[in-house]
Amino acid sequence: MRFAFTEDQQLLQQTVHEFLQAECTAERVRGFWATETGRSPELWSQLAEMGVTGLLVPEEFGGLGMNDIDMVLLMEEVGRAGLAEPLISTAAIAAPLIRDLDNAELSRAWLPRIAAGEAIIAVAHTCNAFVSDAHIADLILVRHPQGDEIHGLVRDQCALTAEPANDPARRIFSMDWTPKPLTRIAESGRARRLWADVLSRGALATAAQQLGVTAKLIDLAVAYATERKQFGSPIGSFQAVKHHLANVRVQLEYAQPLVYRAAHSVATRAPARATDVSMAKSAASEAAAAAAKVSLQVHGAIGYTWEQDVHVWMRRAWSLGLAWGSAAWHRERIANAVLDQNAPAESFGYGASIA
Amino acid sequence: MDLRFTMEQQKFREEARLWLEAHVPKENLPSFDTAEGFQAHCEWERVLNDGGWAMVPWPVEYGGRGANLIEWLIFEEEYYRAGAPGRVNQNGIFLLGPTIMEYGTDAQKVRFLPKMASSEEVWAQGWSEPNAGSDMAAIQATAVREGDQFRINGQKTWASRGAYADWLFGLFRTDPDSERHKGLTFVLVPLDAPGVKVRPIEQLDGEAGFAEVFLDDALVSVDNQLGEFNRGWDVAMATAGFERGLMLRSPARFQNTARKLVELYRETVASGVAIRPALREAVTQAWTGAEAYALNTYQTVTRLLEGGKIGAEASLGKIFWSELDLKMHETALELLGARAELLPNAPSAQGVGTWLDGYLFSLSGPIYAGTNEIQRNVIAERILRLPRK
Ligand SMILES: Cc1cc2nc3c(=O)[nH]c(=O)nc-3n(C[C@H](O)[C@H](O)[C@H](O)COP(=O)(O)OP(=O)(O)OC[C@H]3O[C@@H](n4cnc5c(N)ncnc54)[C@H](O)[C@@H]3O)c2cc1C
Repeated sequence: MRFAFTEDQQLLQQTVHEFLQAECTAERVRGFWATETGRSPELWSQLAEMGVTGLLVPEEFGGLGMNDIDMVLLMEEVGRAGLAEPLISTAAIAAPLIRDLDNAELSRAWLPRIAAGEAIIAVAHTCNAFVSDAHIADLILVRHPQGDEIHGLVRDQCALTAEPANDPARRIFSMDWTPKPLTRIAESGRARRLWADVLSRGALATAAQQLGVTAKLIDLAVAYATERKQFGSPIGSFQAVKHHLANVRVQLEYAQPLVYRAAHSVATRAPARATDVSMAKSAASEAAAAAAKVSLQVHGAIGYTWEQDVHVWMRRAWSLGLAWGSAAWHRERIANAVLDQNAPAESFGYGASIA
Repeated sequence: MDLRFTMEQQKFREEARLWLEAHVPKENLPSFDTAEGFQAHCEWERVLNDGGWAMVPWPVEYGGRGANLIEWLIFEEEYYRAGAPGRVNQNGIFLLGPTIMEYGTDAQKVRFLPKMASSEEVWAQGWSEPNAGSDMAAIQATAVREGDQFRINGQKTWASRGAYADWLFGLFRTDPDSERHKGLTFVLVPLDAPGVKVRPIEQLDGEAGFAEVFLDDALVSVDNQLGEFNRGWDVAMATAGFERGLMLRSPARFQNTARKLVELYRETVASGVAIRPALREAVTQAWTGAEAYALNTYQTVTRLLEGGKIGAEASLGKIFWSELDLKMHETALELLGARAELLPNAPSAQGVGTWLDGYLFSLSGPIYAGTNEIQRNVIAERILRLPRK
């Protein structure tokens, strides 16, 4: 039992942190909003160089061969920077999915390209109404609605309709497609089982990003409250302001271990991983949503402008809140697992069996 | 990161589980805030101590088992799972004990710790005074050094278990010209010393859960000074840290409540009562919250085992567990519906369990161990580094 990251993991996090703080400034994020794709091929290839896109790609295919626990801290940094590149679908979901499908041809075709930053993969999942980043995807992974089949589409095998969204960083699409033998990349029970982990990995990576978003929203509010004066004092010296911020800090503190535990559960294929992920995603979504409200309130009118940066992360909090299952959706999944079964649910430590 | 228990830890769990299964009283003991219940709880502590399970994380020479903090958490998990009685000497074993371990002389350790572990001596905590609540640095009770004794005058209040306890630890002003945090000394006071008068106070549940302690020229040996003269504040802050943090409220307590809440939910569903979605959600949130608290504690323990310390983060935990506990009990009462108000001896009280009593106690969580407002101030100023005033 050791609930902490290794020094190597923290070092990698620090490296990515420094890179993103320098390269992915709020100003630059706003710059991407204005472009047609909303994405930055330059940042993407730099992230690939650092090993981020290929983190979960086995070494024999040019990746770092790491696992979901290594990934979670990096996703936190991505959230903190407000970076909207399709790392969740490509690096956190598709790479391990293709890895685990154990299909040599498929692996050879895609894993080296993911690691090299030469392929972007979108994932269509029924828990999301829309497909994120389908417009730039080299491959769109989707499950056959009536079967144990995973299909991989290229863009001209489906019809995409852009759905402009509240978060300008978000690029989502309605997708029409027809399954064809040609597009099938995996079938069988194994494909079905692996598809269940697509949701777990999507929700986990999103939850991790939300931890970063929450921390950033708190940081912004603290910085502002320290500097802004009213009644002759910094507003951060007023207790109402302090208590608002302390409350979201508490929420962050207790969302974090749920996310880290979920990463461990996914990496070790723990039987309760789906529920663990739901706890992580619901708690992180709630923390981020609360932090967004509080950060805005602490900023006052300046926070209510387009110009001020609070909304960059506020909109991230909202859009990530909907992605890969909302808090309410995940809570219902927890309820199904914990309340609706006859057997007592497993709880951490306390419920451990001694067999 | 490895969130699995080792073979050794599993063996420890099994040992604890088997021992507890064999020894935990089958019937609930009466409240330890009654004279009868207090005795029964002390008796149970003796059984625990004879079995070597009273103070699992303490060194063997002081009556402990020499276990590490992970094992301590495992023991707590098994303790709550077994439905074992509340710890009557919690102010001693969880708060003062670790403080003596850190600040006490060898003689003090030998004198106080084994009897604390066995609950031969039960402790009360004497911080609060009529004019020093949240503002603990406003303490007025004085201790004047006269040769090898302190002459103590003043009043302490809200001392939990004070009605039946043998000893009180507290802060006293030893420098008459001092103000606030300076000039205070941490002194251990036998409650049977001449000049000490204890007046029990009934709590919200009508039992004498705490007491006022009047000190009128009470004489106490200077050997009972813990830590340095006039530097008691630092010692008290360590104790308060144990109180907010890890020791006093270990996660199993809340996981146990969450599990009972889920059982109550299932029983309510089975009885055919329609449950509002919001209530279903509240049960889910309770379960998730208890898990989060447990996981966070394992993170903290890992950090401590690797040489880290608990600082102001204890305030995050204090808010979280007290609000979680309150919310769980409120949810349970809602599930009980009209029966929520019944006392255990009511003819229709079957199945209401101890939720009402637990609810009353959970209401005190945001008050004791430093109110949650004070904790929020601490978080804002010491963790977020917002300006003080
Ligand atoms: C069940 C129970 C057991 C207890 N056991 C013990 C014990 O064993 N030993 C012991 O010494 N004490 C004990 N206490 C007392 C406890 O420590 C105090 O109640 C607590 O410190 C608050 O002090 P107070 O009651 O005087 O309230 P006050 O300090 O008068 O506070 C009243 C209200 O004002 C708020 N307030 C005060 N100052 C501020 C501020 N600066 N900013 C914002 N809000 C503020 C408080 O948060 C609270 O809501 C116990 C209390 C309870 C309820």
